[in-house]
Amino acid sequence: MATTLVIGLDGHKSGERVLEYGKRLAGLIKDCELLVVYVVEWSPYSFQTPEENAERHKRRENEISTAMQRVVDPAVEELKKAGLQARGVVRHGHVAEILNTVAKEENAEQIIIGRSSSTGLAERFFGSSTSNLVMSAHVPVTVIG
Amino acid sequence: MRKVFTALFVQIAAMLAISPAFSQEAMTLDQKVNEAFATATGPFVSLIFAPIPGTSFPWIVMWLVIAASIFTIYFGFVQFRFFGHAISLVKGDYSDPNDAGEVSHFQALATALSGTVGLGNIAGVAVAVGIGGPGATFWMILAGLLGMASKFTECTLGVKYRNEYEDGTVSGGPMYYISKGFKELGIPGGKLLAILFAIFCILGSLGGGNMFQANQAHAQIAGIVGEYPGWITGVAFAIIVFAVIVGGMKSIARVTEKVVPFMGIMYVAAAIIILIVNYDQIAWAFGQIFEGAFTGLGIAGGFVGALIQGFKRAAFSNEAGVGSAAIAHSAVRTKEPITEGVVSLLEPFIDTVVICTMTALVITITGQLIIDPATGNYVLDGSSIATVGGTSGVALTSAAFGSAISWFPYVLAIAVILFAFSTMISWSYYGLKAWTYLFGEGKTTELIFKLIFCAFVIIGAAASLGPVIDFSDAAIFAMAVVNIFALYFLMKIVKKEFYSYRERLASGEIRKFKN
Repeated sequence: MATTLVIGLDGHKSGERVLEYGKRLAGLIKDCELLVVYVVEWSPYSFQTPEENAERHKRRENEISTAMQRVVDPAVEELKKAGLQARGVVRHGHVAEILNTVAKEENAEQIIIGRSSSTGLAERFFGSSTSNLVMSAHVPVTVIG
Repeated sequence: MRKVFTALFVQIAAMLAISPAFSQEAMTLDQKVNEAFATATGPFVSLIFAPIPGTSFPWIVMWLVIAASIFTIYFGFVQFRFFGHAISLVKGDYSDPNDAGEVSHFQALATALSGTVGLGNIAGVAVAVGIGGPGATFWMILAGLLGMASKFTECTLGVKYRNEYEDGTVSGGPMYYISKGFKELGIPGGKLLAILFAIFCILGSLGGGNMFQANQAHAQIAGIVGEYPGWITGVAFAIIVFAVIVGGMKSIARVTEKVVPFMGIMYVAAAIIILIVNYDQIAWAFGQIFEGAFTGLGIAGGFVGALIQGFKRAAFSNEAGVGSAAIAHSAVRTKEPITEGVVSLLEPFIDTVVICTMTALVITITGQLIIDPATGNYVLDGSSIATVGGTSGVALTSAAFGSAISWFPYVLAIAVILFAFSTMISWSYYGLKAWTYLFGEGKTTELIFKLIFCAFVIIGAAASLGPVIDFSDAAIFAMAVVNIFALYFLMKIVKKEFYSYRERLASGEIRKFKN
């Protein structure tokens, strides 16, 4: 049975180092599949206007396709070029929770993510999510500095 | 057809906005607006509130309560038997994790609630208790509980028959379920009813969803900073509303949507604190509510007066049977329309049974209503009960909270303004949906409605409470006339869905995703 490694990306620069490490690890393991995951931060308990609700489905589709195009697809492409098996998914929810859930679903060996990025959007997406994940994950987590 | 409608609406708006001089005497702008408004809306209001021949009971109130009772029995007391299920749906127990990112049950409920929780709960209840006495509370709670079944029926249909467009956006509500549902059942006239509903929905959005809010927000501000002309508040509000709905300043709406729920919680918390402080009076207050419900305790119209006020306020506040919530709830992408109906039945509960009751209890318990010590009855001042400071409407609620927590009127003023604002935003959307149903979607037609909506903010703030409240109630109840009539035909569709859902829930086919 192939080993699965979950790679969490946030579209931030540190993602390159995360990918590099994933490549190296996968090369060492040999029979290994890399699963690239991008999480769109989302809470089902936020408050929205009726208009936002009506457009929600459209927005969600947009968010997924944007994340796919900008982050996930290029990463998967790069991994495949390196001769590795790779897939990508975009999910909505809390970063730590979703990465952990995906890892459990896929029976992953470990999760690889970047260190807390300090600024802007990245902070929103991965800020304390990294430490949350480290503390709550059910599989080993490798944090790339 | 569309042109005729547009012309008609523009004319009505113009009639109300540009008031002719009514007398030779110099009148203030507020008075002019007020008089023109009362004259223009009078016949409509009289028709909706016409009493059942030989009684003083408005037929429309019976219409709502009978419908709510029929739905309650027809669906086997769904509001009590599925109350727990509603809560687990809102918690997301049954939500498929793969649907994350779509509108959740919680969000649909919160959005619909921010459209209904508002001045009806604060000012409306004060009006009801001020005229109908504490006894009105009893009938209000009863109407709230029954109304849960009406809400369940309409919101299920709202989701089932909404329109989904190519670009992924949705439009739903009574106009859609009436026309599609009737067609499915092979009953003629669905389209006509849907058009009628849409017209009333536009009026309702301009009335209860707009003018009443602007009016009471002005009263609240004037109560704190002193009297000044209403149109000033109106213009200020209109500018902000304009910025949001025309200018697309979503950030303002987003801030309000986030602050409003906390204001709601704070309001209930303050009410509970006042009740705790006056714990020795609680039994007495409930005594007044029960006694007043059946005797009236000296109010105008006796127990029927209390009943009418209670029923009216409940319907106005939670909008069950009106059809507005169906528009808000139809945004949820669920495979089971019933789940949305079940979630929506929490609305009248939170809105009426919890929040409205809190307001009524606080007004009663803080002794705002003057009682004649000799008879134990309430002292009348005209047709309403005399109050300590001669206050009515939102000022009465403010005085009641202020008598216990001196600084609370300031918090309340902010809450009222925010509630008024969020209700306006919600109703501008409901009105817009009805408008685009009639005139088609398009930038220009939408802009016309939005501009009319802003004009009515100014009229609402300038007019006095009486005519505004009459027109608001009348317009919203007119929606209920059409909606409930249609629901009687469509309820069997809901029953079929409901039975199938119930069976699959019992058999374990529908399971919780969370453990």
